[in-house]
Amino acid sequence: MSAPLLQLTGVNKSFGPIDVLHDINLEVKAGEILCLLGDNGAGKSTLIRLLSGVHKPSSGQIAINGKPVSFDSPRDASDNGIATVHQFGGTFPLMSIGRSFFVGAEPTKRWGPFEVFDRKRANEIAVREMRKLGITRITDGDRLVGGLSGGERQALAIARAVHFGASVLILDEPTAALGVKEAAHVLRIVLQARKKGIAVIFITHNVIHALTVGDHFAVLIRGSKAADFRKGEKTRAEVTDLMAGGEAMAELEAEIESHL
Amino acid sequence: MTSNHTLAPHSGGSSAAQEAAPRFSLGNLLRRPETGSFIGLIAVFVFFTVFGGETFLSASGAASWLNIAAELGIIALPVGLLMIAGHLDLSVGSVIPASSMTVAIVSGYYGLPMPVGIAAALGLGLAIGLLNGYLIVRTDLPSFVVTLGTLFAVAGLTLGLSVIVAGSTSVALTADPLSKMILGDFLGGKFEVILLWWIAAVVAVDYLLSHSKYGNWILALGGDKVSARNAGIPTHKLNIALYMGSGFCSAFVGMCQAILYNSAQVSAGQSFIFNSIIAVVIGGVMLTGGYGSVMGIVLGTITFAIVNQGIYYTGFDANWASLIIGVLLLAAVLLNNSFRTMALAQASTRTKGKNKK
Repeated sequence: MSAPLLQLTGVNKSFGPIDVLHDINLEVKAGEILCLLGDNGAGKSTLIRLLSGVHKPSSGQIAINGKPVSFDSPRDASDNGIATVHQFGGTFPLMSIGRSFFVGAEPTKRWGPFEVFDRKRANEIAVREMRKLGITRITDGDRLVGGLSGGERQALAIARAVHFGASVLILDEPTAALGVKEAAHVLRIVLQARKKGIAVIFITHNVIHALTVGDHFAVLIRGSKAADFRKGEKTRAEVTDLMAGGEAMAELEAEIESHL
Repeated sequence: MTSNHTLAPHSGGSSAAQEAAPRFSLGNLLRRPETGSFIGLIAVFVFFTVFGGETFLSASGAASWLNIAAELGIIALPVGLLMIAGHLDLSVGSVIPASSMTVAIVSGYYGLPMPVGIAAALGLGLAIGLLNGYLIVRTDLPSFVVTLGTLFAVAGLTLGLSVIVAGSTSVALTADPLSKMILGDFLGGKFEVILLWWIAAVVAVDYLLSHSKYGNWILALGGDKVSARNAGIPTHKLNIALYMGSGFCSAFVGMCQAILYNSAQVSAGQSFIFNSIIAVVIGGVMLTGGYGSVMGIVLGTITFAIVNQGIYYTGFDANWASLIIGVLLLAAVLLNNSFRTMALAQASTRTKGKNKK
């Protein structure tokens, strides 16, 4: 019915002789969470870099709303509505919340002949947008980002992406460095983003987190898509098995058993 | 004593008024990068007032450190911006003599009009800054190494070309009265006119760092280069512009010195390399970038200048000045570090009190 917001068709990426991604086909629709699962080195990071405009695919096509696109820079990708939030929020610990929120898109006001950074407005908007995502502890936008908890930093980064009108939100291991409670809050925020009709690509190797929020799952193994399934089609054990490379895990278990 | 009044907490105000009015709080004070350097400046000032006595406080005493502060300050401002952006510029030490020699050779040796010499000197500073910036963004080498290279290359070039062109390592310059008045004269017989230029530079750089969007870009660049680029900041252009700024300001000081002293030497200026870094670090700028303020840089510059000159007003041997500066630098780094930690910790502890309310 609705066309996918973001679609990858036959995407390959190699760095010199090393193939990192082969023949990746993925799609994500508006208001849907696509969980990208994979072990370390499976090619998740490279895939993110392709989507966020850091690298270009060696071959294959990325399309937004059915139209093929090619990103020359991260700016290009964000102009096309793709926002990427990295594990530590990609924020600046020694900058104030208001300043950090608007890096690269500062609100200004005129002051005589000068264009002046509108600190008050920046702080107000930053605090308001974080509040909308349920972070009510922060009332002062002058506070330094370094004083926020890991989850709050993720919230700040997500609030920023939502505020600047991202239609595709890429979250790179947002819960990896967080405690259980904080992770739960971030997952709730992810669901809120989905409710707003944003297409979310959620990268993780935590199967529980993925199965909690995901609508659609893709597992990457050594640069290829090993599985692609929808919510409820596979159990947690099956997914864990898939991620760990199933057979390799079975072999290890057999080995351990023989030692006992 | 009206200033005390404004700092007093609004004890009687309603809570709504308190929300609206910018309140004086420990958190706000700690969050400012210059808090530590302000304490340092007071300590140094009191120390030299006690040991230097009346002559240190007299107009000529103040002029001696203000003149030093102004020359150093004009260079410390752009060097400070570079350090906030995560870079260093050592080449200032040879841009100063190179621009001195340029204005002296063009307008003194060849006798061309002063504006031509001034433009050549400032143009040279911009060109060296452009070269530094371009090399750094292109090669991605540490700025320490790149500017160390240009420091020596420009120094050698200045020496070699001066000897070939003017046949000497020192060239006389007689500036026309107007140039002399606005760039290289004394106010009231004591204060160098460059003081006014320093004040102008402080206002301009403060606007840039604290009140324009470019300040945000500089802080972001020093905070995290990759995130800054991902946020769409033209980091290459910004780096090059910052280096051109420090080249320009160093050239400006070198040119003013030549006009003030009516001559230029190829060897002047090496002391500015470390002095500018010391002033900036005392001023609370973090060496690795991402944190600092113009007010801090100004306070750091004044602190450095007071120690440098104040020693002559005390009974101590002037050789001890370097010891004081060394100790002061270490103390400043430690103090600024703990203030920064407190500022970060403060952000989370203060709210706990608030939640209970």
